[in-house]
Amino acid sequence: MEVIKVKNLVKKYNGLTAVDHISFSVEKGEIFGFLGPNGAGKTTTINILSTLLAPTEGEVYVNGFNILTQKDRVRKSIGLVFQDPSLDDRLTAEENLYFHAKLYHVPHDDYQKRKEEVLRLVELWERRKDIVKTFSGGMKRRLEIARGLIHHPAVLFLDEPTLGLDPQTRSHLWEYILKLKAEKQMTIFMTTHYMNEAEYCDRLIIIDYGKIVGFDTPANLKKAVGGDIIILESPQPQQLKQELAQKYALEAKEENGTIIVEIGNGKTFLPRLFEELQTRVTSVSLREPTLDDVFLHLTGRKIRDEEATPLDWMRQHHFRRRR
Amino acid sequence: MEFRKTLEAAGAIWQREFIRYWRDKTRIISTIVQPLMFLIIFGTGLKSTLARGNFGLDFVQFMFPGIIAMSIMSVSFFSTISTVWDREFGFLKEILVAPISRVSITVGKILGAVTIASIQGFLLLLLAPILKIRLHPLSFPYLISFMILVAFSLASLGLLIASLMKTTESFGLMMQLLIFPMFFISGAFFPLTNVPWWMKWLAAINPLSYGVDALRQILLQRQATGKALSLVSLHPVAINALFLLVFSVIIVMLAALAFNKKN
Repeated sequence: MEVIKVKNLVKKYNGLTAVDHISFSVEKGEIFGFLGPNGAGKTTTINILSTLLAPTEGEVYVNGFNILTQKDRVRKSIGLVFQDPSLDDRLTAEENLYFHAKLYHVPHDDYQKRKEEVLRLVELWERRKDIVKTFSGGMKRRLEIARGLIHHPAVLFLDEPTLGLDPQTRSHLWEYILKLKAEKQMTIFMTTHYMNEAEYCDRLIIIDYGKIVGFDTPANLKKAVGGDIIILESPQPQQLKQELAQKYALEAKEENGTIIVEIGNGKTFLPRLFEELQTRVTSVSLREPTLDDVFLHLTGRKIRDEEATPLDWMRQHHFRRRR
Repeated sequence: MEFRKTLEAAGAIWQREFIRYWRDKTRIISTIVQPLMFLIIFGTGLKSTLARGNFGLDFVQFMFPGIIAMSIMSVSFFSTISTVWDREFGFLKEILVAPISRVSITVGKILGAVTIASIQGFLLLLLAPILKIRLHPLSFPYLISFMILVAFSLASLGLLIASLMKTTESFGLMMQLLIFPMFFISGAFFPLTNVPWWMKWLAAINPLSYGVDALRQILLQRQATGKALSLVSLHPVAINALFLLVFSVIIVMLAALAFNKKN
């Protein structure tokens, strides 16, 4: 069953195309990821799917409801965790949930049961009477996830759920997200620009400049890179690149003086390479492809290059100030 | 069904405003102490020099209704500030993606502010005996209705401005620019019956002046003679009520429109 269906979605802001003819559908019970650098159109897509933004073109259905004509039904069908915190930190954890349940018209008895269920799931039941201000960043995120689940949504949206959290808290948070999928068969739609987090997704869309450049399971995407990755360092990178092209018809990529080659079977290729190679090589390593390589393969650049944009820095900074 | 849902949502927003207010004890104390400070400092300071009035009124008594109105004004405005904060701290998004109408958000916000402001005004009203103001039990319904009316008109105005503002800073500045002129030209300190034309004009568009005018006439009816009161009053009580009502209805609609457009 399709929980989300998107057909030819386009969003333009003053002539700038943020989302450019994308189509996909999300199946029930899967973790579906949107991976891309900042400004690729991830948050714009989530905002359209959650009815906060009207699309320029295209059709979108969430839980079978049209996002333009059945807004309230779409809204009841989704749980949202925003990129930036959206809790009232002067209320207690429980009050935040209560308020949410009221806004979503959850019947009182149902709320009482559901409250305990979701708070136990994110291990905040013991802290339910505490004011949110006293919570750590990770706890706030978990509470937001619990809140998003109170009204039994068909799909949970997580917009960069681990942004601004330290690595340890991040992996901890992922345990909860995976538990949610395993125990509740929750459908999750998430965006991220962290490669290692994208690995958790069942299926993944790689988005760049508003266009889908890759769409498959993480394993298949990595297969498409072409087997293994060989990284060579040389005092003469240009010469090395030329030699690889002439002798083996390999198209190598250069990154700060290191040469990166994608090759079908690296283990058998390496000994052959060193028998015949003329250019001096100072270091070599062989590894299996990561999603980083997939992104590089598909777009010709690394996602990391764009991570620390001023906007990102500001956001992080803002985060800290709020805590 | 839809109506019940709107009410439920507005009720939840109202409840949140109230919990936040109740939890912020510094805010409760400061909003009670501030008007008292005005009353004590200005009241005693100006008593001897200015108010040698012949209308049988103490200057502190004269100022008291204005102080109540001022307190209602600052609480109403302050409570609607929370919309700007909610925007800045992301909480507004949580409300905006909920399956509820924009109207219920506007109504909940305004009613929350009205409740808090009226309670605050009522607490101040309890000071009347200390100031030797004799209150008739029958005047309470009138006083409370006017306090609610004043709170309603100012909370709507606050929400309208909050909906037009982008940052907390600009809202604070705007409030400062509004609160003091509105307070000074409200008739709280001096009667507006004998002032230059430009001030009369400003008073005529200032909802607070109608509130002060009405509250004073009701509150002091047993303190001063009818003749003395009419010397410092602008309009009959009914006219004051009518202006505040019309003002509130217009502003609340504008606020709802602005809020809808902005979000």
